[in-house]
Amino acid sequence: MTLDVLYFAWLRERIGQPRERIETDAATVRELIADLAARDDWHAAAFSDLAAVRCAVDQQLASLDAPLAGAREVAFFPPMTGG
Amino acid sequence: MSARVQTAPFDLAAELAGFGAGAGAVVTFTGIVRDDTGQMAALEIEHYPAMTERALSDYGAQAAARFGLTDWRILHRHGRLAVGEPIMMVATAARHRAAAFQAADYLMDWLKSRAPFWKREIGHDGAARWVEAKSSDEDALSRWQASSLPKYPFPAPADDPA
Repeated sequence: MTLDVLYFAWLRERIGQPRERIETDAATVRELIADLAARDDWHAAAFSDLAAVRCAVDQQLASLDAPLAGAREVAFFPPMTGG
Repeated sequence: MSARVQTAPFDLAAELAGFGAGAGAVVTFTGIVRDDTGQMAALEIEHYPAMTERALSDYGAQAAARFGLTDWRILHRHGRLAVGEPIMMVATAARHRAAAFQAADYLMDWLKSRAPFWKREIGHDGAARWVEAKSSDEDALSRWQASSLPKYPFPAPADDPA
């Protein structure tokens, strides 16, 4: 499946790009992270501490165990600091 | 009932013109860029454009349903903001003040921890530092999930119109 993967804040800085389009067989967000972290040192560094990583699947906040079936866009970011 | 994201400053009086017509109580909150250390020149706010306004609208609708709001407005800025500039505002309108106050408090707790914004402090020396989420913000949000909290409709005293 083809996925658009977006990164924000320090995840974007560590990975070095705001978005990428990838091919993956990952069934869950957690499997996608394993897939991405195996790509290179930058991805591995960004995903080295999953306690500091939040995600959204198709613009809805989701847990790392959320399924990816039918998803088109997954975003990764640190805990939000709005307000 | 609206949520908006923008870089430009906003005028609170203009935002409130016509807001909550017919309500008995209107509460507004404005967040201002604050410098706690004396080292900060500006704040940079990043957001997730495809998601932000929809998330804010969802939280506004949740607050309206939970507290019986007659109107609500959320406005959040992004980009580079100087110390002292307003970052965001929340306005809530209801028949009675308890609902308006609680809904504004509830919305702020959601915006702090569940709206896709990330703050970065820019020092006078140009150094940038991402602001970390506080566990107290997460605690503040969890109190709204406790079943013991009063939910709308609140028992309103008959002799207290606001």
